[in-house]
Amino acid sequence: MNTPSKQAEQIREISGVNPYKCMKCGKCSASCPSYNEMDIKPHQFVSYVLHENVEALTESKSLWKCLSCFACVERCPRDVKPGKLIDAARQLVLRQRGQEYLSPDEVPELLDPEIPQQLLVSAFRRYRR
Amino acid sequence: MQRIGVFVCHCGSNIAATVDVKKVVEMALMEPGVVHAEDYPYMCSEAGQAKILEAIKTQGLTGIVVCSCSPRMHETTFRKAAERAGLNPYMVEIANIREHCSWIHKDTTEATKKAVILARAAIAKVNLNAPLQPGESRVTKRALIIGGGIAGIQTALDIADAGYEVDIVEQSPSIGGRMSQLDKTFPTLDCSACILTPKMVEANAHEKIHIYTYSEVEKVSGFVGDFTVDIRKKARSVDMDKCTGCGVCQEKCPSKKTPSEFNRGLNNRSAIYTPFAQAIPNVPVIDREACIKFKTGKCGLCEKVCQAGAIDYEQQDEIITEKYGAIVVATGFDVIKLDNYDEYAYSQSKDVITSLELERIMNAAGPTKGHLERLSDGRAPKEIVFVQCVGSRCADERGKSYCSKICCMYTAKHAMLIRDKYPDTHVTVFYIDVRTPGKNFDEFYRRAVEEYGVDYIKGQVGKVLPQPDGTLLVQGADLIDNHQVLIRADMVVLAAAIEPNPSVRGIATMLTASIDTNNFLTEAHPKLRPVESPTAGVFLSGVCQGPKDIPETVAQAGAAAVKAIGLLAKDKLTTNPCTAHSDELLCNGCSTCAHVCPYGAITYEDKQVNDHGIREVRRLAVVNSALCQGCGACTVACPSGAMDLKGFSNRQIIAEVDAICR
Amino acid sequence: MSIEAKEEFRPKIVAFCCNWCSYAGADLAGSSRLGYPADVKIIRVPCSCRVNPMFVLRAFEKGADGVILCGCHPGDCHYSTGNYYTRRRMKLLFSMLDYIGVENGRTRVEWVSAAEGVKFSTTMNEFVAKIHSLGKNVRLEDLRCKN
Repeated sequence: MNTPSKQAEQIREISGVNPYKCMKCGKCSASCPSYNEMDIKPHQFVSYVLHENVEALTESKSLWKCLSCFACVERCPRDVKPGKLIDAARQLVLRQRGQEYLSPDEVPELLDPEIPQQLLVSAFRRYRR
Repeated sequence: MQRIGVFVCHCGSNIAATVDVKKVVEMALMEPGVVHAEDYPYMCSEAGQAKILEAIKTQGLTGIVVCSCSPRMHETTFRKAAERAGLNPYMVEIANIREHCSWIHKDTTEATKKAVILARAAIAKVNLNAPLQPGESRVTKRALIIGGGIAGIQTALDIADAGYEVDIVEQSPSIGGRMSQLDKTFPTLDCSACILTPKMVEANAHEKIHIYTYSEVEKVSGFVGDFTVDIRKKARSVDMDKCTGCGVCQEKCPSKKTPSEFNRGLNNRSAIYTPFAQAIPNVPVIDREACIKFKTGKCGLCEKVCQAGAIDYEQQDEIITEKYGAIVVATGFDVIKLDNYDEYAYSQSKDVITSLELERIMNAAGPTKGHLERLSDGRAPKEIVFVQCVGSRCADERGKSYCSKICCMYTAKHAMLIRDKYPDTHVTVFYIDVRTPGKNFDEFYRRAVEEYGVDYIKGQVGKVLPQPDGTLLVQGADLIDNHQVLIRADMVVLAAAIEPNPSVRGIATMLTASIDTNNFLTEAHPKLRPVESPTAGVFLSGVCQGPKDIPETVAQAGAAAVKAIGLLAKDKLTTNPCTAHSDELLCNGCSTCAHVCPYGAITYEDKQVNDHGIREVRRLAVVNSALCQGCGACTVACPSGAMDLKGFSNRQIIAEVDAICR
Repeated sequence: MSIEAKEEFRPKIVAFCCNWCSYAGADLAGSSRLGYPADVKIIRVPCSCRVNPMFVLRAFEKGADGVILCGCHPGDCHYSTGNYYTRRRMKLLFSMLDYIGVENGRTRVEWVSAAEGVKFSTTMNEFVAKIHSLGKNVRLEDLRCKN
């Protein structure tokens, strides 16, 4: 099992974000369309990673409420990109669960014909082995 | 053979912590020419200098090397010390073992090795040094101030009061600058115009001050004490001597559709105009782009109504050439463009304004006659949101990396004034940090909160959405309450970052004054020489050097004036003796050096030479050492190797190269 | 510990810095404690245009592994036009050096202003890394007679 500091390091590595750059202005939270759905707010994400409080982060429902609209990434004046941190935390969780991969046989059953093709392709890109 | 002394400074622990100074002393003693070497904790101290003096006298030293901090710090100190001991000051060389060695290297062995090599290079150079005598140049007792804002006016007044002639060059039709656009000033809330206009009038009336408005600096040549400047006086199309400033022409002018620069484009002005009522000089200019007479040839109404007969459509730009001893740059600032900040809807809604625009709206002479109203529909706003740090403290290319410094205070001022005048208006300020270092500044900000009930929210605004009903939906974050706030505002005021006036780039290039990545002019030393440019004779006043409020600007303007006066008070300046000179026997008179010389310091003379017994008259290059600034361009251009530079001669630099590569 | 198994390659690098911008930039790098390898030794010249191609050749002749010239940014030269001369001269010199076997990576001209301590340090780090990747400069040194 990874230590919190190692996990925080992984999040920093996956996202390519330096949380030390944050000046705590809160523009990310001000921009976030899912703000009200989140328990840990976008601006808090940055300090959670900084303080290596990863467990709270991975258990947070915010992880799955983020729409990846990247409004925060776009508007962040300090180039901190909280959206990328959230995305990285999400990937960390998926990897840890060991559920990130499906065997090819499992796929067809799970497919919903309503799912847009584009979403499937992007999901494959993101989570492929 | 020289007798060289080497003095190694510990600089407390700054050098000694990473460089083994004893080792440097030991190694220096093994170098050719070195007869004395010692170390001392602080060479620059009185006691340290005494050691140098004593060694020069007792050991009969002919050259010294000081291994210490950068020559930009203490070269002068040690040269003066050498002079006191009767040694020519140019027999001193500095090995920079602090900035270039101990401060950047962590490993003692490495740093010591490098320090030894740097010392060796300096010793090799000093072995070839020759005594130099500085020359003299005259000082023109006249100063030029570029920019007629509060910084320029204050500098001009201070210099003129000391008895020297001063010219102010201002690009707009009136002096006054940004301060004239402000309504009130923090933290005292006194009226900006009321404290500025007396100064403008004083400058205008001062017998030693000459003001060129609607003018630009076109060309600068020369050097400290003796600059020659071309000033382009743009055609005003109005005779300054005849005009009485009655203002009838402005009333009658039929072309009234040009956005007023002074009112930040919030209303329009006529084609013939003075920027504002208290303008100095109170003489209008014709904007030839907007004037119907200039565009179509028909109209000429202003000429008809002018009782004084001052209108002159034929007027041409005029170039004035003047000599100056000192130049002060006071070009000030502008507000950044907000094109890249779509989220604040600045270009979509008339009711999203910058603070400088609010300043005009609040001003009795402004577009709304001082009534706080929405520019879209004229309604009085009941809910106002201020957004701080728009474009300031920004790491990306949309904004500026620095803090604009004045926004926290003027926003507190605006919020307070609005709450005072319109108590039923609710004011919210979104801030990242409230920065109020300054006398009575924090008290002022606290008053805005405690007495006037301004709602300060720690957080930023993410989006401003103009609504169909004309209101603005402001979505922001409250980081203390930890929730997202939605405010239906009637007006949003953006504290846009300030940036140096765009004209400063060209001016800096003309003056060869250095500029930083944000276009602020660089000071000679960030702490110890804050109002001087590294270019001698050029001084910095006001925001052209960095963000400042009015009191700081006035203080800096005074400081720049004192520095300029200090220069003008001298009759003669000693010139840098490190000038080029030509070897008569090698020069073939080809003129290559004269072509590359930026100062026109090289001329040609027919001279009698005795070349190994052959007497003949040859055309030879002669360097005027008063004009030569010692760049060395000619030394490299010279095809026969006749040109060399004193103090940085070919042999000296090669000796340094050899010592480093040994 | 005391016996080094293999001598580490320590390049000799000469940096010519103009007095007004780059030398001040190097000072700023120093006072900001922005490190770069000790292999870089700085020679102060009044202007980058004072650097005679002869000095660069001399450095390589004496065994330098790299030579870098730093001056004010174009347009910002203290002497108005000096760095323009540098730019043209060094372009020619470097292509000639490349021709005779001193690779282009061993020579560099960089503009560093007095305010750019960070740029000075990163430039030097980059340059030293480049020299390390090129290894010891053998060509010019081998040509001269060694005693």
